[in-house]
Amino acid sequence: MISIKGLTKRFGGTTVLDDIDLDIAEGERVVVIGPSGTGKSTLLRCLNFLDRPDEGTITIGDLSVDAARASKADILALRRRTAFVFQNYALFANRTAQENIMEALVTVQKRPKAEAAERAREILRETGLSDKGDSYPAALSGGQQQRVGIGRAMAIGADVMLFDEPTSALDPEWVGEVLDLMRRVARKRQTMLIVTHEMQFAREIADRMVFMHGGRIVEAGEPEQIFGAPKDERLQRFLQRVGR
Amino acid sequence: MRALDLDYMLGLVPVILGYVPLTLFMAVAGMAFALVLASLLAVERVIRVPVLDWFVVLFISFFRGTPLLVQLFLFYYGLPQVLSFLTNINGVTAAIMGLTLHFSAYMAESIRAAIAGVDRSQWEAAQSIGMTQGQMMRRIVLPQAARIAAPTLVNYFIDMIKGTSLAFTLGVTEMMGAAQKEAAGSFLYFEAFLVVALIYWLLVETLSQGQKRLESRLNRAFAR
Repeated sequence: MISIKGLTKRFGGTTVLDDIDLDIAEGERVVVIGPSGTGKSTLLRCLNFLDRPDEGTITIGDLSVDAARASKADILALRRRTAFVFQNYALFANRTAQENIMEALVTVQKRPKAEAAERAREILRETGLSDKGDSYPAALSGGQQQRVGIGRAMAIGADVMLFDEPTSALDPEWVGEVLDLMRRVARKRQTMLIVTHEMQFAREIADRMVFMHGGRIVEAGEPEQIFGAPKDERLQRFLQRVGR
Repeated sequence: MRALDLDYMLGLVPVILGYVPLTLFMAVAGMAFALVLASLLAVERVIRVPVLDWFVVLFISFFRGTPLLVQLFLFYYGLPQVLSFLTNINGVTAAIMGLTLHFSAYMAESIRAAIAGVDRSQWEAAQSIGMTQGQMMRRIVLPQAARIAAPTLVNYFIDMIKGTSLAFTLGVTEMMGAAQKEAAGSFLYFEAFLVVALIYWLLVETLSQGQKRLESRLNRAFAR
């Protein structure tokens, strides 16, 4: 169970996240939609402390972090329970695909190398990249890189996986394979918080959808409700623009 | 004008070559220590530890701002008068110390620039999986910075090999010191210094071959 209370983030004078409350149940898949620059990515980045929130609390299971006075240890603990999938993949350029997946297990979780390698090979099989374990990121296609990115996040065994527009940087031909992998992850009842512009995919995978506008959550509900009977006028306009 | 005494020169080659190991020892030891010190200085410059940062800036400024020869004299002839435990410091140790401090100041700046050249997303990815700052630097950022900094660092190493010749002013008989002694005995200064120049040149050229191999090794992960 994840509980976000009063999460606020300002950049300079601009409030990017304005008092966000959001609860996510275990195994739930929540998709965040909304126009560009409304704080969707910042929300995810704050949960992983890639951006430091100014106010609010983040609770994941028995770990509760108060943003205003989070210590280094709090931040590390929070990061070890959240896994992040980046828009631009951000694979470690100096490590092979398999090493990318192993890195958190070996360096952060201090697991034996052989065990980590075994787990990494399992994940490579699951992501359909068994033959790419020894390839460096530069030698992989965008779709393959993002699958490794998702594999790296899977390896952590986090309470929640955060997907920050995972297909936005991809050539259209690679989008399908990445979404397929995310469906696989979802089938394992992995708790997921996804920011995406893939509306069809969102509709299909989400247990619940959240519409953000101007740093606030304006409307939330099941996909049928969001797409079928949107209440807020801004959501209606947004859906028209994206063509649903 | 007189003819070169080629027989003398040929005879001198093995003599000077005998001092190559000492020259290389000073350069390799100096480089190893300088790399460690420069990395620490560079990381400090990036993360900026209060107070310490001030000392690091001062250190880099001083060792870049004064000639290597002056620094070597300061360590070998000057410091022992003030710090008694340095009274028995030998020339080789003082030379390695001087080379280390001098070159680490330069190398710190190029490593710092290389660290800044590592893509921001690499830092974020390391943070996102829960690495500590130290783990991130050691495992992700510094290895990639090394690739960026390699060509400049090899240049400093070449400079350091040549810099070891100054050790002869501290009474160390290395390649330059040996050539100087031979020349003083034979009065064939041109021949003696030409031989030592050619051997330095050969040494550096051999190293440049190694540079290409090092760079292609560091670029391995980035080949498409």
